[in-house]
Amino acid sequence: MNEDFDQGLEVLNGQIDARVSSYFSSCVHCGLCAEACLFYTETGDPKYTPIYKLEPMRRLWFQRHTLRGKVAKRLGLSKEVTRQDFADWEELVYDSCTMCGRCSMVCPVGNDIVYMIRREREGFSKAGYAPEGMKAATHRALTIGSPMGVTLKTLRAVLVHVEKSVGRPVPIDLKGVDYMALFSSMEIVNFPEYIESLSRIFDAAGVSWTISSEAFEATNSGIQIGNREAAAELVGRVVNAAEKLGVKYVISPECGHAYMAIRWEGPNLIGRQYGFEVVHILELLDQLRSSGRLKLKDKTDTPLTLHDPCQIVRRGGVIDQPRNLLNEVASRFVEMKDHGDMNWCCGGGGGVSANDRAEPLRLKVFQRKKRQIEELGVDTMVTMCANCRIILEEGLEHYEMDTEVKMKSLTDMLAEHLEPSPG
Amino acid sequence: MIGDLIDGPLWYFSAAVFLLGVLWRVFEILRAGVARDLAPPRAGGSAGAVRALFSRFLPRRSLVKTGKLQLIAGYMFHLGLFALLFFAAPHVDFLEERVTGFGWTPLPHWAFIVASEVAFAGLLLLLLYRLMHPVTRLLSSADEYIGSVLVFVVMLTGCLALARSFEVLRLVHLFSAELLLVYFPFSNLMHAFTFVISRSYTGANMARKGVNA
Repeated sequence: MNEDFDQGLEVLNGQIDARVSSYFSSCVHCGLCAEACLFYTETGDPKYTPIYKLEPMRRLWFQRHTLRGKVAKRLGLSKEVTRQDFADWEELVYDSCTMCGRCSMVCPVGNDIVYMIRREREGFSKAGYAPEGMKAATHRALTIGSPMGVTLKTLRAVLVHVEKSVGRPVPIDLKGVDYMALFSSMEIVNFPEYIESLSRIFDAAGVSWTISSEAFEATNSGIQIGNREAAAELVGRVVNAAEKLGVKYVISPECGHAYMAIRWEGPNLIGRQYGFEVVHILELLDQLRSSGRLKLKDKTDTPLTLHDPCQIVRRGGVIDQPRNLLNEVASRFVEMKDHGDMNWCCGGGGGVSANDRAEPLRLKVFQRKKRQIEELGVDTMVTMCANCRIILEEGLEHYEMDTEVKMKSLTDMLAEHLEPSPG
Repeated sequence: MIGDLIDGPLWYFSAAVFLLGVLWRVFEILRAGVARDLAPPRAGGSAGAVRALFSRFLPRRSLVKTGKLQLIAGYMFHLGLFALLFFAAPHVDFLEERVTGFGWTPLPHWAFIVASEVAFAGLLLLLLYRLMHPVTRLLSSADEYIGSVLVFVVMLTGCLALARSFEVLRLVHLFSAELLLVYFPFSNLMHAFTFVISRSYTGANMARKGVNA
C-alpha cells in the first residue's frame, strides 16, 4: 500500500501540466463553480464545491511547482499530501463528480475543472484510492472485454433476437464496409432495441456496416477510474479491430463516456491518429437526414423534452444534431430551461453509476433533473446515452414519477418513425 | 530619509520584484508544457482561445441568478480598481514620470470619487462574502485574505493621499503599494495575468471539440 501511495503521488505530480498550473494559478476561490455543480446545489454541502475536490492536487502543485510552495514546504509551512488526504478525498473525486463539466463552463478565469479531475483520478487510482465498483468494472473490461461482463456469446444471443425481428442478418466481421458499430454493454444487456433500430435505419438508408467480433464494447472504464494504461488498452482493441476490417468510420453509440473515450481521448491514449474517423451515431444520422438518405414519415404530438448527455453535448460538441433529428419526429419538443452546453447531468456519469456506495447521493442529486422535468410537464424524455437513460429511469422510479414520465432513446425514436422502404 | 527610501530604492526594488516575479510565474506555468492533442479537431483552437478570453468576462445566463452577489461585487471591484489604477490623476502623473514617459486624460475628480466608492463597496462585499458564505470560507486560505487586505490598504491610503497636500500620506500610499507589488507575484493576485493563459487553454481545447466555452 505504501508503495502504491508513493507511486500514486508521483503519478499525480506527473499530471500537472501547463494547463493545470495555469488553472491553479488563476483560481481565486470565488466559489462560483459550486453553483454549477448539482452535488452542491442539491445538498448545500460546501465540500462538494468542484474546485475543492482538487485540493490534494492543488497542494501538490503548490509544493512542487511554485517557488513559494517549495520554500513553504522546506520551512514546514505547507502540509504534505498524505494517505489520509487521499482517503478523505476519494469520495469527492469519484462519488460526487460525474465529470459533467458544467463547472468548467462558468469559471470566470476559465478553469477546466473536469480536465483536472480526470487527471487527479490518475493519481488516486494508482494509489489504490478508487471505489471498488469501478475497480471491478475496469478489471472486467480488461479481462472479459466489458465492464458489465458482456461476452461475444452474450452479444450473439442478443443478435439472434434482433435478426429475427428485423428479418435479416446483422453483419459481423465484414471487411471493407464503411462503418463499424460499437455498443455499450448497457445497450446490449438493457436496451438491445438500439441494435435493432440501428439495423433498421442502416438497411433503409443503405449504409454498409458491420460489428467486429473482436471489439464491440465502446465504453472505457480506464478513463472513468483514471488508469491511462487500461484506457489505452481498451481503445487499442477498438482501433486494431477497425483497422483490421479496413472500415472508414467507427460509430460511437448512444453513450457519453464512450464517445469521449474513442473520439477525443483515444488518439492521445495510443499516441497516434487512427486510420479511420470516429463519428457519433447522431452525427451520422443527422448526416443521413440532411443528405436525404434517412427518410422519416411522421411526427409524434407527444409533449417531450431532450436530456443532453454531458460527454456528447457539452464535452463532445454534438449539440445541434440531436435537435435537428428530434424536430423531424416530434411536433411538441420543448427544451429544458438549462439545456445544450449548460444542461444538468443525470448524476450517473463519470463512473458514478458503477459505484454502488454513491447511489444514495446520486438519487439525492437527481432532484435537480426532477425539477427540470416538472417545470416542463412533459411525459416523455428523450436522450442519446444508455447510461443516462438507466440513471434517469432509476431516478424517476425512486421519486415515483415513472408512471408519468417515460424515457426514450433518440435512435429508437427515429427507427419508429422510419419511412418504410419501397422494396 | 525614510521618504527617500520609499520614493527611490524601495520603489525600484518592488517594481523589479513584481516584474521578474510575474515573468517567473508565467515561466513556471508554461515550462510544464501541454501534450499535443492528436484527436482530429472540428475547428481550430485559436479562435476559441480568443473567444473564451473575452466571453468569460460575462457570466453564463444560468449563473446570473444564483451567483449575482459575487458577480455584481466582482464587477464593481474590478472595474472600479481598473479606473483608479490607470485613470486617477496622480497615477497618470506617476506612470508618465516613472514608467511610460507619456500621459493620458485622467478621470475628473467626481469620477474618481465614484470609482473609488464602487471599488471599495465591491471589495468589501467580496470580503464579507468570503468570510460569511460556507463555500468561500472553506476554500479561502490566508492568501486570499492577505491579498484583499493589502489591496484595501492601498486603496484607502490612496484616497487619503488624493489631495496631494500631505507628503506623509503619499509616502504611506506608495509604501503600501510597494508591499503589494512584492507580494503580488507569489499570490493568487497573479490571476490578473494568468487568466489569459487559463481562459485560452480552455477556450482552445473546447473549440477543437466544437463547443463555445
